[in-house]
Amino acid sequence: MSTSGTRVLPLGRIGESVLRADGRPKVRGEFAYASDLGADRMLWGATLRSPHPSARIRGIDITRALTLSGVHAVLTHADVPGRTTYGMEISDQPVLAIDRVRYEGEPVAIVAADHPETARRAIERIVVDYLPEDPLTDPERAIMPGAPRLHPGGNLLRRVTIRHGDPGATAEVVVRGEYAVGMQDQAFLGPEAALAVPAEDGGIDLHVATQWLHVDQGQVAACLGLPPSLTRLHLSGVGGAFGGREDLSMQVHVAMLALHTGRPVKMVYSREESFFGHVHRHPARMEYEHGADRDGRLVYVRARVVLDGGAYASSSTAVVANAATFACGPYDVPNAEVEAIVTYTNNPPCGAMRGFGAVQVAFGHESQMDRLAAELALDPIEIRLRNALATGMRLPTGQLVDGPAPVRELLEGLRDMPLPPDVVPVDPREFPGGVSNSTHGEGTRRGVGVAVGFKNIAFAEGFDDYSTARVRISRDDGGPLVEIHTAAAEVGQGLETVLAQIARTELSLERVRVLPADTQVGSAGSTSASRQTWMTGGAVQLACARLRERLHEAIDGPIEETAVYRHRPTQALDPDTGQGDSLVALAFAAHRAVCDVDVELGIVRAVEIATTQDVGRVMNPLALEGQIHGGIAQGLGLALMEEIQMEEGRVRNASFTDYLMPTVLDMPQVRMRISETPHPHAPYGLNGVGEMPTIASTPAIVAAVRDASGRPLTRVPLRPSDIAGV
Amino acid sequence: MKRITVTVNGVTHEAEVEERELLVYFLREGLGLTGTNVGCDTSSCGTCTIHLDGESVKSCTLLAVQADGAEITTIEGLATNGELHPMQAAFQEHHGLQCGYCTPGMIMAATSLLKENPSPSEDDIRHGLEGNLCRCTGYHNIVKAVAAVANG
Repeated sequence: MSTSGTRVLPLGRIGESVLRADGRPKVRGEFAYASDLGADRMLWGATLRSPHPSARIRGIDITRALTLSGVHAVLTHADVPGRTTYGMEISDQPVLAIDRVRYEGEPVAIVAADHPETARRAIERIVVDYLPEDPLTDPERAIMPGAPRLHPGGNLLRRVTIRHGDPGATAEVVVRGEYAVGMQDQAFLGPEAALAVPAEDGGIDLHVATQWLHVDQGQVAACLGLPPSLTRLHLSGVGGAFGGREDLSMQVHVAMLALHTGRPVKMVYSREESFFGHVHRHPARMEYEHGADRDGRLVYVRARVVLDGGAYASSSTAVVANAATFACGPYDVPNAEVEAIVTYTNNPPCGAMRGFGAVQVAFGHESQMDRLAAELALDPIEIRLRNALATGMRLPTGQLVDGPAPVRELLEGLRDMPLPPDVVPVDPREFPGGVSNSTHGEGTRRGVGVAVGFKNIAFAEGFDDYSTARVRISRDDGGPLVEIHTAAAEVGQGLETVLAQIARTELSLERVRVLPADTQVGSAGSTSASRQTWMTGGAVQLACARLRERLHEAIDGPIEETAVYRHRPTQALDPDTGQGDSLVALAFAAHRAVCDVDVELGIVRAVEIATTQDVGRVMNPLALEGQIHGGIAQGLGLALMEEIQMEEGRVRNASFTDYLMPTVLDMPQVRMRISETPHPHAPYGLNGVGEMPTIASTPAIVAAVRDASGRPLTRVPLRPSDIAGV
Repeated sequence: MKRITVTVNGVTHEAEVEERELLVYFLREGLGLTGTNVGCDTSSCGTCTIHLDGESVKSCTLLAVQADGAEITTIEGLATNGELHPMQAAFQEHHGLQCGYCTPGMIMAATSLLKENPSPSEDDIRHGLEGNLCRCTGYHNIVKAVAAVANG
């Protein structure tokens, strides 16, 4: 599929390339991000954060902050009106630190003042009496005897064990490997921001950039001691998310300040603060053993995965389940033994990021498949073809794969795609590292690598996952008008556009308006897990189908339907064996990376990524292409440069000067071939799209660099010293 | 405080500013022109790119007082009479944006690039936009949008 030559429509139905509904305000600079909001009599909030990764708090003296002119409130844990902790799955994270801090950057006190600079100065005048302690920074040491307990229940957040087939299986060919993944940041470009406005009814209107309004609402209401009906959330413009806005950041803080002062309060994080203000991708250590027969068919996989959960739970318990479930890769594995654990440490809390547990293990299982291929002198695509997962097979969790699993087709498609011409760069700008390449390209070798990535769509393990849509048809001077009201967060992926496409398709009406998302309508669930087009798209389709039956009534006045869409139920994993039908659906992508590597300098230039991906049904070709490009960029980042560097519990690079991510010059050419195998359980047969490109691109790029350099490269992001072998 | 006179999108403003105030905050908070975004505070991301006397600059790297006497164009000043600038239209048409946070800066950098080099190669476009980060699009559709304007 290619969008070049496809006509782009201002309005359109599903399957057509349709202009973004929010494109015009965004190119005009008129789109209101959370950081752009304002209100009369507005105050500015600021947050005092812990300088220590681990310390007891013996006292907090706010006197000197309160006496500063222009300061309206200085609040600590003692001022939290309701529940003093929050958390999506486990309520273990203090709104403001109580008697100790567990990571560097943990919020300790908050201030509201008439100017942001005054608020920052007030923060500096708060005196906290800390008793620093040695931080616990090793996720494996965290569960060894003698480790300090960071939480009452101990440091083991969750262990997921999967036992499938014969635990004693043996094989003729065995390959082992240890792999590590660094801590990646979502690095959305729009830092966290929110505006809280106290209401006359004693409630609060909170305008915030988030991924899931209702899960925020529940936590904010509990911490404020307000009923949810008085805790009204409104989605403001979101400057990217990628998982990093699923947890609360400033929501409770800014609302507390607004309720306390009776005035609107706005908070905007700086980039440095943003690095401390949201969770990151879990760093991982993985030990793998693969056994196969002489033909390269897998006999068993044994894997142990250790994730660093950091100081608080966030979504760690779900991430570790994904890591375990996908640890063996998209292959037919007759015998598997997987143990995945996530533990508390004094590192930053880790949680959701695009790919959610599947990214880390994809680096492990794909590296292992390449080792196996090398051991057997097989082509990397061939070894994968011989083991490809297919419909009708079972996952290591025992779940039958009853939806499309076109791993074979994706690999064959990839094999058929032409390679880019193997030309030695003449223009020094095309050397790895560009014009500053001091070997003048002499050390450059080309490498090719492949990988397959897969992941589940929507929520798993028995979670009651649903979305709500209210659709209304009215009539004005312009004719019939369709209005869609949901709580689903548009974070840039193009959800509003596709929801409007669905309504046009279902109702054969052209004028469709997507109303601002808020909590005045039922939950849409999270904009995560590649689920919103399926789930909220499903709810809009359902509401429209009901309205279609009533269109004749629309002559007399507006008609409206509210529909709730649920995907098929899933089951919990058995706590001992990890068996269960825990997943709704799977999605797959295969990638082939071509990289030029300066093997003397250890510098990589990604030349091209070729990808095959099955999307079930293309809803908007233009938006699909954008999701794949963007996903590849983030996978490339993890492969080659992106890492929050930790030292004794402290972040060493909390800025865009030091946290490197791909620029336009780092991005390889992308060649894509999209297939559409209808998913039987989804609206229109569609499937999730957003995460798969990120999962497969990292191992494909590393495989290409291994091919060029001959080095084992067992850790991402790759470091020049590893590539050059120095 | 210091008194400055700047012309922004054709309108002349006189204002008292603190000597240490960054130009981007003067534009956003002082003049209410919030189309220019702040992404990093370290001049790494380019979301705050504007035109100052016809040149693209990152407005977080300048003090407001340094703009005294200057002519500034921000993203809000690019469209004329409700008609999108060709670069704005191309970003929309080619899906050169997702969350859109980088878009104003990217468009300002791209228009400046074409002023310096009206017929850039794809490589020239990439090198011209190296100072602007985008986290959503993987850049390809941005490059396409700029190339489409360059090729008319």
